[in-house]
Amino acid sequence: MAQAVPAGQKWWSGGKSPFNVEYGKLMMWYFLMSDAFTFGAFLISYGTIRFSSNGWPDPNEVFKAFPLMGEMNLPLVFVSLMTFILIASSVTMVLAVAAGHNNDQKSVTKYMILTIIGGLMFLGCQAWEWTHLHGEGAWWGRNPFPNADGSVASTNFTNFFFTITGFHGFHVFSGVVINCIMLIKNLRGDFAKRGHYLMIEKAGLYWHFVDLVWVFVFTCFYLL
Amino acid sequence: MSHIETPPGHVAEAHFDTRPIWRTFWILLGITCFELILATIHIKTEGRFPPKLVLNGVYLILTCAKAFYIIAEFMHLRHEIKNMIMTIAVPALLFVWFIIAFLWDGGSYRDLRNRYDRHHAEQNLIKAPPREEPAAKKPGQPD
Repeated sequence: MAQAVPAGQKWWSGGKSPFNVEYGKLMMWYFLMSDAFTFGAFLISYGTIRFSSNGWPDPNEVFKAFPLMGEMNLPLVFVSLMTFILIASSVTMVLAVAAGHNNDQKSVTKYMILTIIGGLMFLGCQAWEWTHLHGEGAWWGRNPFPNADGSVASTNFTNFFFTITGFHGFHVFSGVVINCIMLIKNLRGDFAKRGHYLMIEKAGLYWHFVDLVWVFVFTCFYLL
Repeated sequence: MSHIETPPGHVAEAHFDTRPIWRTFWILLGITCFELILATIHIKTEGRFPPKLVLNGVYLILTCAKAFYIIAEFMHLRHEIKNMIMTIAVPALLFVWFIIAFLWDGGSYRDLRNRYDRHHAEQNLIKAPPREEPAAKKPGQPD
């Protein structure tokens, strides 16, 4: 539930933070808003182009490979694994935030390490998928996959796929870097000295946003 | 204004409950598994059930549900002050217009082009040649 506010509390009369959150955390929220519109613009332009096309490749035909499984037909299995990894790393991130609330430096370290491992696993999966698709002949400006109805496809599909998953992957990468910095600061005891773990919360917000975007990328590219 | 009374420390929510985190995790996992089961049924019945249009509607609703749980619980927005929630939620409503307007525009462009650009419509009927199997793989090339 929304935080209870005492009746007659004058939030805007000065001396208090009107939203009861720290300045940096609020600004992280607004940054994520703008980032959401950037991703929204990407995904909506993808949708617009798809709506304006007479045909589009069938994702179940394109994304059906799994590492070491050769030519087996396994649609959606690999991307489900990636989704699971990202959700799991989101959970360890909230657990790190929760540990920070309890000023538990050891647990913060543990959960940050798990989160970073999750992020690296996701990046590894994405690297494999890109390499695999590149091996199939797909890249910016090259699309070997026909439309679902068998007609010749334009390169729109691969262009959007590599641009949007690339942009998301770059966010994951920067999230991992930010988490590494937070881990190092935590190990040095910076937050313990400061008495609060708000930096972990801000990094956490960014990390969850990356997970949030993946939910939409997953739906738009692999399911629809 | 010598000092600001709120954080550091977040006095108002000193206790951080981890139970909702795990509940949210299971909800997210459950929704994703459900989506995959639907997709698998769709593939196995060769697209007859559930119909693609219905399936897409279900996917979109489930995606929004997942987004809600991530934002509300993982990002903790549900537990903030209402005014702050509104500064995030109200601008996000722009997406409603954004999505409807642009997808509608795309669909309209396709219809107009098919009607008035014969060449374009005919080009889209050409079938792709069957894909030749990749010949002898180069060493080091992933499969």
